Amino acid sequence: MAYVLLRHRDIPGIQKLDVYKKNGGFEALKKVVTQMKPNEVTDLVKNSGLRGRGGAGFPTGMKWSFVDNKIWPHYVVVNADESEPGTFKDREIMENNPLQFLEGVAIAAYAVGAKAAYVYLRGEFWKIAAALDDKIAELEEAGYLGEKLFGTDTTVHIYTHLGAGAYICGEETAMLESIEGKRGMPRIRPPFPAVYGLYGKPTVVNNVETLTNLPMIVANGSDWYKMMGTPDSAGVKIFSLSGRVRKPDNYELPFGTTFRQLIYEHGGGVQEARPVKAIMPAGASSSFIPVDDTVLDTPMDYASVRKLGADLGSASVIVIDDTVPIEWIINKTIHFFKHESCGKCTPCREGTYWMMNLVERLKREDAGQADVDLLLNVARQMQNKCLCPLGEFSTMAVVTGIERFPQDFKKQADVNIEPINADLKKVVSQNL
Amino acid sequence: MSLATKYSREVKRILAKYPPENKRSAVMPLLYLAQSEAGYITREAMQDIADLLEMSLTDVGALVGFYTLYHDKKEGKYRMQVCTDLPCALRGADRFMDSLCANLGIQVGETTPDGMITLEAVTCLAACDKAPMFQIQSRDGLEYHENMTVDKTMELVEALKKVGGEVK
Repeated sequence: MAYVLLRHRDIPGIQKLDVYKKNGGFEALKKVVTQMKPNEVTDLVKNSGLRGRGGAGFPTGMKWSFVDNKIWPHYVVVNADESEPGTFKDREIMENNPLQFLEGVAIAAYAVGAKAAYVYLRGEFWKIAAALDDKIAELEEAGYLGEKLFGTDTTVHIYTHLGAGAYICGEETAMLESIEGKRGMPRIRPPFPAVYGLYGKPTVVNNVETLTNLPMIVANGSDWYKMMGTPDSAGVKIFSLSGRVRKPDNYELPFGTTFRQLIYEHGGGVQEARPVKAIMPAGASSSFIPVDDTVLDTPMDYASVRKLGADLGSASVIVIDDTVPIEWIINKTIHFFKHESCGKCTPCREGTYWMMNLVERLKREDAGQADVDLLLNVARQMQNKCLCPLGEFSTMAVVTGIERFPQDFKKQADVNIEPINADLKKVVSQNL
Repeated sequence: MSLATKYSREVKRILAKYPPENKRSAVMPLLYLAQSEAGYITREAMQDIADLLEMSLTDVGALVGFYTLYHDKKEGKYRMQVCTDLPCALRGADRFMDSLCANLGIQVGETTPDGMITLEAVTCLAACDKAPMFQIQSRDGLEYHENMTVDKTMELVEALKKVGGEVK
């Protein structure tokens, strides 16, 4: 099947404007700007069943329809912060298929009546931002961005904005604060960005992958899009596969592909042919899914993964084999969330701090079940009390790890994973 | 010389991205600009930016403290930021880091005696399929190095020391 999003894998040179145009590039934008009303674009996207690819899976067209038309101007903000451990899909899109992404941004801007769109990239994507700036300048020159698009009164400007190393800025209201030149701390919602967003104006925040679908949906129609995937989760998804698999990579597949197909057919199976013990389907924010044959044959769509007691989220699938204790995993995730907690709300700021102390205590000789129980207690007390999802996410692996893998919290052997590249052994033995 | 004078074109380009009444939005790009000057952000530069955007020095300083890619202290010319987060660790990033420490003769958070390399452990850099990996942050920006081995890394370190020793 031809790629919908990772089209650079089919079409060499698609990042160049002439190649992109030869392959239908900017026909979709031209069509919406010259032939469709904004609400018709929104309806088309609603009908396609497209849901947000950043993690929440909220229907995209519906999100657009919430934008308050009594208050102007409107803004589009693109979430290119991609910081969830295990997620590396937006980066591949922006590096290799940037024009389809930018065309998608422009289509969204037209649909919600925004004259300006800001692409918020994590600071580490410094080079990608510079490359996008060049593309944007080229497109303004060529008349595909800027003022009076295709001879109409439509104006769309796209600007990049670099973050500077803060996971929390992937939360939409923290991102807006960050663009406004403040520390990236989440706002209390409601009001939601569709009413009170960037500079207090109605704003749509969409993920890179979500928007990159748009040119193809406009070109081929919503029915074409719905033919892929499942009734609950239409279309294709990029699964970022990582962890103990042989071939970690991005895999663009229809929703409904099973875990088994992803891990074994595409990912080449597990390192050293070990069995899969657990899956984290949404990066470090995931619940653990204990794996058996039924789980492996579960289709990856929002509803089916939820039935396994987890969320598909951004589909950053981390595979854990039977050599890795869950206690070691949550030590990693808790250090991550402790580091990334913004400190605004008490349950998250204090909770992640105490959970970190407790996972460190678990490593000690004299640690026991009482420490595990206390850790679980702290995590449970945080749940439903945090200002934004970060604090909630920090508890998912802790609670489900302890509940679903209690044996992994007894005394464990040290984890000592060899680096994938094999020259290390020599160097280590020489120097240690 | 103030930032606005020395880099007037760049400052103008940055300010043009945002509505004039929201010029505070320019603070993050301006902090990057300031950092490209010395490799860290001086108090004078923060004051420049505060004046330019009509912010308080405290508000500018708070951003430098909040965001991990901004630095207010001079450290190594090259910051080697190794991802040791979960997906990379599942591909051996912890052992890779140990080995780098041994080869460089420093611990995480320290700088080599020649002032060239500061070794740091960082959270996910969106390169989970290409671990072990790190980024080099310097005055010139950020550079990813993926699918790395210790041998390749030490070769890079030698090359950086050579270049870095010449550039003052």
